[in-house]
Amino acid sequence: MNAIPRAEEAKPLLEVNGIEVIYNHVILVLKGVSLNVPEGGIVALLGANGAGKTTTLKAVSNLLHAERGEVTKGLIEFRGERVDRMTPSDLVKRGVIQVMEGRHCFAHLTVEENLLTGAYTRGASRAEIRADLERVYGFFPRLKQRRGSQAGYTSGGEQQMTAIGRALMARPSMILLDEPSMGLAPQIVEEIFEIVKNLNTQEKVSFLLAEQNTMVALRFADFGYILENGRVVMEGTAHALSENEDVKEFYLGISTAGRRSFRDTKNYRRRKRWLS
Amino acid sequence: MNIFQQKWMTNALFVILAAGAVAPLFAADTRLPQWIEVVLGGLMSGVLYSLVALGLVLIFKASGVFNFAQGAMVLFAALSLVRLMEKMPFAVALAVTVVIMIGVAWLIERLVLRPLVNQEGIVLFMATLGIAYFLDGLGQTIWGSDVYTLDVGMPKEPKILLENVFEGGILVGMEDVIAAVIAAVLVGLLALFFQKTPTGRALRAVADDHQAAQSIGIPLNRIWVIVWSVSGIVALVAGIIWGSKLGVQFSLQLVALKALPVVILGGFTSVPGAIVGGLIIGLGEKLSEVYLGPYLGGGIENWFAYVLALVFLLFRPEGLFGEKHIDRV
Repeated sequence: MNAIPRAEEAKPLLEVNGIEVIYNHVILVLKGVSLNVPEGGIVALLGANGAGKTTTLKAVSNLLHAERGEVTKGLIEFRGERVDRMTPSDLVKRGVIQVMEGRHCFAHLTVEENLLTGAYTRGASRAEIRADLERVYGFFPRLKQRRGSQAGYTSGGEQQMTAIGRALMARPSMILLDEPSMGLAPQIVEEIFEIVKNLNTQEKVSFLLAEQNTMVALRFADFGYILENGRVVMEGTAHALSENEDVKEFYLGISTAGRRSFRDTKNYRRRKRWLS
Repeated sequence: MNIFQQKWMTNALFVILAAGAVAPLFAADTRLPQWIEVVLGGLMSGVLYSLVALGLVLIFKASGVFNFAQGAMVLFAALSLVRLMEKMPFAVALAVTVVIMIGVAWLIERLVLRPLVNQEGIVLFMATLGIAYFLDGLGQTIWGSDVYTLDVGMPKEPKILLENVFEGGILVGMEDVIAAVIAAVLVGLLALFFQKTPTGRALRAVADDHQAAQSIGIPLNRIWVIVWSVSGIVALVAGIIWGSKLGVQFSLQLVALKALPVVILGGFTSVPGAIVGGLIIGLGEKLSEVYLGPYLGGGIENWFAYVLALVFLLFRPEGLFGEKHIDRV
């Protein structure tokens, strides 16, 4: 295990320690990823396509099994309890829920029915569920307007809200949010991230957030990890990361050195590739 | 444009079907009471098709699998019931059979569906083909392969109705009427279950998106056991009604094949579709046999359903009530 200094002092809510994930018994996707999510934190998981962000989230929520993936090494602990052999259903009951990439609403169910399915594992009373539904509508007033329409016919932003709202109905203490900005207009992305921030401060929901839109993610997160080729190559507070020259160069597309010719950039990138 | 076109197509199909049904009345030699008898007879056998189709629709809705074994389940359930009734009273035998069907559902989930999770639909379909042959063999090994008569106390003698309206009245089999009532009640209960209960909602959610359902903590395994149990019980009801009509025998399974055109007509995902589809096919079969038979040479009953299904596949592949595939562009 590589001895990366941890930024958080207190016992983290979620602790992922050196996990290795193999798909189909042969494809090694994660090569020892370690990360922590503190209670009440928003942690961003950044990186390019295929870096292993989604796999990391699915390893935590245990949705890997359905895709013939397997955690072969390492340890995942939630509130100090090992969770890497639990079913997704057990994890949801313990408060960890994933909002999948691409939203995955139930297209033929109405928006409200979508939300109600989120409460399936709780076995709560009708009144309680009603109250929660209103709470979710409080965060997403738009969904209240669209409550009766089939989710398949709502807009991308509304579907993303439905997916997050549905997860909220399970009363999670932690949401694994995969690529919430995918395919959405910048304005909607902003709206969704505002809601995430609100949920975090008002409902004390912690987030582990996989995102390609580094700029937005770092603005709303407290802490970030950068993944490349199945390894964590850099970590730090959101502020530190957004100030880092390499991050700026690779992920934010800003550089302080002024304009350079394309050939220089290419050479620079090749030289500075992390860990390759 | 597309939607408009399809609506128009559906309406046209309905009009053509309805016209075909009343057309015999305008022929010179048709008597009204006879026509009514044929229609009623058609609707009654349609209800029976609907019952088998219902089992198919349930499983398709919840797991996206076309269950080829539905016919085998009908036979298996009926066989179990009929042999158990030799040793115990009807009510007890019925309860035991229900337990057996739930057991079968549990085993299917454990041994077939679970290892094949997230596989292509066609792989699962092939698996149900295997289940069909297995259940077939198992049923005959355990319960024997003779023809058994199933007597659950349904009245056999037909009744004559409306004697004062028509000369000679209309002959109606009471057995058929009871079967229709049972089917209607069953359908009502299932519709309530699917639309109103959390479990029903979860079933529909699983049907829409396995992975998403899993991600919010809906346990797929339990859902599958529930849905196969329910469709096992529906198969049992169908088996009782068919069995007491035709006797419990291997051919029950073949009659169940008629459920395929029924679901194509009604839509694979629609409970009301299964009912209406069954009725249309039952009706169409009988009417065409009686009124077109003399011209086309008979035997229409055997192919009518399939030809009708073919027409629907051409003009409205999602069926009358099927869910449209929602695509976002």
